[in-house]
Formats: sequence, structure tokens, C-alpha cells
Amino acid sequence: MAASTIRSRKLTKTYGEHTVVDRLDLDIEAGEVFGLLGPNGAGKTTTILMLLGLVEPSKGKIEVLGLDPRWHPLEVKRNVGYLPDAVGFYDPLTGRENLRFTARLNGLEDFEDLISSLLELVGLAEAADQPAGEYSRGMKQRLGVADALVKGPSVLILDEPTTAIDPEGVVEMLALIQRLAKEEGVTVLLASHLLHQVQTVCDRVAIFVRGKVVAQGTPHELAAVDKRGNIRVEFRLGGEPSKGRAALESLGTASGITPGRVPGSWVADLHSESLAPAVSGLVSKGADVIGVHRLDEDLESIYRRYFEIEEEQEEVPA
Amino acid sequence: MTTDAEVVAEEVPAEESLRVGGWRAVARKEIADHILSGRFVVLMGVLGIATAAAVFAASGGIRDVAPNAQGITALFLKLFTVTADPVPFPLIVFVGFLAPLLGIMFGFDAVSGERSQGTLPRLLSQPIHRDEVILGKFVAGLAVVAIMLTALVLFVSGIGIFRLGVVPTPTEISRLAVWLVFTIIYVGFWQALATLCSVTAKRASTSAMIPLGVWLVLTLFGSFIFGAIASVLSPRDGSDAAEIAYQQTAQTVSQLSPVTLFQNVSSVLLDPEVRTVGLVTVEQVDRAIVSELNLTQSLAVVWPQIAILVALTSVMFAAAYIAFMRDEVRA
Repeated sequence: MAASTIRSRKLTKTYGEHTVVDRLDLDIEAGEVFGLLGPNGAGKTTTILMLLGLVEPSKGKIEVLGLDPRWHPLEVKRNVGYLPDAVGFYDPLTGRENLRFTARLNGLEDFEDLISSLLELVGLAEAADQPAGEYSRGMKQRLGVADALVKGPSVLILDEPTTAIDPEGVVEMLALIQRLAKEEGVTVLLASHLLHQVQTVCDRVAIFVRGKVVAQGTPHELAAVDKRGNIRVEFRLGGEPSKGRAALESLGTASGITPGRVPGSWVADLHSESLAPAVSGLVSKGADVIGVHRLDEDLESIYRRYFEIEEEQEEVPA
Repeated sequence: MTTDAEVVAEEVPAEESLRVGGWRAVARKEIADHILSGRFVVLMGVLGIATAAAVFAASGGIRDVAPNAQGITALFLKLFTVTADPVPFPLIVFVGFLAPLLGIMFGFDAVSGERSQGTLPRLLSQPIHRDEVILGKFVAGLAVVAIMLTALVLFVSGIGIFRLGVVPTPTEISRLAVWLVFTIIYVGFWQALATLCSVTAKRASTSAMIPLGVWLVLTLFGSFIFGAIASVLSPRDGSDAAEIAYQQTAQTVSQLSPVTLFQNVSSVLLDPEVRTVGLVTVEQVDRAIVSELNLTQSLAVVWPQIAILVALTSVMFAAAYIAFMRDEVRA
């Protein structure tokens, strides 16, 4: 079997006529931070619940740490820490008492030091002995991360970990996630709709819309590669602007040539593999190449573009 | 990275701790929650006052009749079955009212509370079986109920001994013990019903109202409903035979109601002179010698009723259990 920590094949969940997750293939490697990004209602939480064995898949295969969560739910849950969306705690109990309960459910003993250090880690050492009912949403979120770490998981699944946290808290949370992945080797699956927040920590992301992965790869790959595999590049060429344009057109590989932000610069789409030949081609044609600049879109615009595509497709039958 | 992940995985004790009962951790937390909760304190206070009033009235009543009632046996148990003027009903009736309320109180938010607090997904993602959650909660509720009812019986006994100077005989103690266990099972029925509602109803208030409604209907309109069913099954035509058949049918149908079962069983267990729960004709009791049954004989009289109640409680718990196992984690 593959060494992927989390692996799914054609994972499908339908409720009646409604398909929530549609033939999802995931491969998440050990120690990687994987972002599952998509709007609310895309099927992220359902996918996570299937990975934990809490929701029965309609079709398809899942393996978490080499085990099928349907048949080995306890072994999977023993090693997977989970922060649910809108996490809740027992209000009358303090943060510390809530974590103690989780530790007992995991069959741990001598967990006091562990709990103190986890509370320290998420910055709740001072509020540890206040009732959880008095916590703000952001504090509950942080307590939720500590709670997910109580069992010493090798996989951490975080559903919307940054919602409801103030901007400073988000930075801390993301730094914590990154540290857990890089220093402790924890595999992290992070589901979020706030991609501009999480894209910085993800090694790879999958854009998940209406139960389907529409794009998958490193944020860098995703940012530049559209569906045709093209990237958008800005060429700054010296000399007569129209000559520059003609030189670009004569390459035959660049399309959609439009004027750039400054006079003499042109923006064109071309396949990432034909970028180097294009530059040498321009030079050999005697064009004065001042600069070649790859215009990485941020994920946000990619994300929006995929939504637009999805929505167009949605509108066609109607 | 891979090696690091493996190290982390190995630190977790694997198989042997899987067998540790997660339900015990759940039950432990639930018991602590119940005992520290405001409703428990209020309940204990109300219970204490009501019990004290009832038992003082009962012991007053017993004192009045005791001097001229020479051969009265099982005097101590009369504390539970006799009342006197200011208090309208004996303790046994009071417990009959209280038991469903206790069950509903400790069951109605068992699952809906977890859902509304948002703790259910977190709880179920821990390495415990799902049934351990519902089992732990059920056991915890019954344990607290057992503590309360035992305290109540001991409290009554203490006051009884103090006021009457009557010490319970071993037989009376064993009768009380059996009755206590039976009462706890009766509470279990209501708790299971409330738990079932807490799984299926979206709100805690709904899951409290449904079992309360069932209890009220069975208590207030029970005999009316049983009579109506019986008159369909065996219609009366004015003859004695038909009347007896009707009464017997009504009696049988009423044995399906846990409220009736509790009343019948309690009256037999706590009064050695009661020798039947069914219909008795004048001919049958004519020249019958008033005598006491021992505990085994009393149990023989109500054995079917006890069996039915245990069955009803088991079925209700099984229904709550199955509903919870099939319940979607997503709200």
C-alpha cells in the first residue's frame, strides 16, 4: 500500500439525490501541511468526518495511517487529533478540566504536565482555570488545538482553525501549525475557506468546490497554472513598443498579448515549459529584454476564477 | 519527516489501552457534572423538605393507630404507605411522582446538550466506541438517582426510628432494598425515554416536553385510556361475565403502563398483606385469613409486573442506543 498518511480513492458521499463529496482522490504525505480549501458547504467537513470514521462513505476507499477508518475507527481516532468547526467545550468545566476529560477518554495517565504544557503552547496558561463558558470564540479555538494535541497525534485535522480568531491570533496559530509539522513531523490536514490566511502555511492545497477537487498542487503551482497549463508573464522590452509586440507574436507560443503596466511591457500567457525558449527566442530576434516577470496570481483570484467556472457550468443547464 | 511521524505514533500506547472502558471516563465526568449542577442541589433540597413533611405525617398517623392496633405487623414499612392529615399522599405515591421527573431530568439533555454545546464531534473523535458515550451517560444518571433514592430511604428510616422508636426487621429491610432496586429500574425507564428524545429532538426543551407529556397522560388519563381500549377489546353488555371480562382486560392493558406497574409492584412489595394486584371478587376474599406474605411470596405475586417493567426499560434503552448509533454527527 502507498505510504501516504491520508489516502482516498473515488471517495463519494451522497445524501439522497444530493452528492456532497464526489469521487475525491486525496494523497497526503507524512509531515505535510495540506490545505483543503473551498467555500462553506463544499463538502470539507463531510470529508473530514469520513476520514475519522464518523460518517459512512457511500462509495470509495479511505486509508488513514494505512487503516480503513470504517473498520478500525479506534486505532484511527487514537492517532488523529481533530479540531471541529465551531468547537465547543463543557461550559461549567475549566479549560484544564476539559482537557483532563479528553486525556481520560484517551486512556492516558499522568497527564497533568502534558496538559499544562499544551495550555502554555496555545497561550491559555493564564485562563486555564477559568470555566470554558467564559472563553471567547478565539480562546475556545485555541483550547481546541490543545485538545486535539492531548493524545499526541501523528495526524492533525483542523476544520476552520482560524475562523473567529483575531489577526494576531491567526499568525500565532499558523506558526504553531507550521512548527508542529516541521518539528514534530505531524501531518496536518487543514480545511478552510479563508485561503489567503492559510495558503502561507500549506505545502500543498486542493481547491474543493461542490464536492470536487478542481485544482491541486503547491500554492505556487496553482497560482500560475490555469486549466491549459499556461502561466502569465510580463515581458519588459526596450525599444519601440510595437516591435516588441511583434517579436512576441512571432514566437507563436504566446497568446493573449496585452499592454503591461508600463510602456514597452507586454503581458502574455504561455505554457510554463515554453518560457525559456521564448526568452532565448526574443534575444535571438534582437529584442532588448529588460525583464521577464512571472505574474503569480494569489490564490484568492484563482479561487474566484474556479468559482466563476463552476458557476458558469451551473448556469448552462438552467 | 516519515521517521518523526512514526516516532510520534509509537509513543501512543496502542492496543492495551483500547480495552480500558471509555464509558467509565464518560460516566465519571457525568456523575461529577450532575452532582455539582444547580438542579441537583435544588432537587435535593426540595426532596429533603417534602420527604421530611411526608414522613412526619406518616409517623404521626402511625402513632395515632398504633396503641389500639395490637397485631399490626411490618409497622416500619407503614412509614412509606400511610399518611395523615396535612400531607395529601404517602411517601410511596410521592416517590411515584418523583421517579419519572428524576429520570427525565437526568436524561433529557444527554445528547442534545452535547449537540448544543458543540462538544459532540469532539467527543466522538476520541478513541472510544460510540455506545460507550450513551452507556456512560445512562449509568451516570442512574448512579446519581440511586444515590438520591437511597439517601431518601435512609433519611425516612432515620426519622422513623427516631420518632417511632420502631426498628426495621431484616425482612422489612430486604423489602425496602428490593423496592429501591425496582424504583431505580423504573427511573431508568423514564431516563431511557428522555435520552431517546434527546437523540431525536433538535432542542433540549422538546426532549424534556415529550417524556413529561407521556408521564402526565399516563398518570392523569391512564385509567380512562385503558378503559377505552378494554371496551373495544371486550365490550360490556350488562352481564356480569362481560363486566368481569372487561375489568380483566382493562387490568391487563394497564399493565403495559410503567406508571401502573410501579404502583402495583410498590404496593405489594411494601405491604406484606397485599396478596394480589389483579381483580378480586368478593367471593374470592370471603373468609380469607388475613396473613402476611413473606418477601418471596410477595415477589411471586408481582413477578410478571417486574419482568414487564425490566423489559420496557430495556426496550427503551435499546431504542435510545440504536437512535444514537444511527444519529448523524452533523447537526
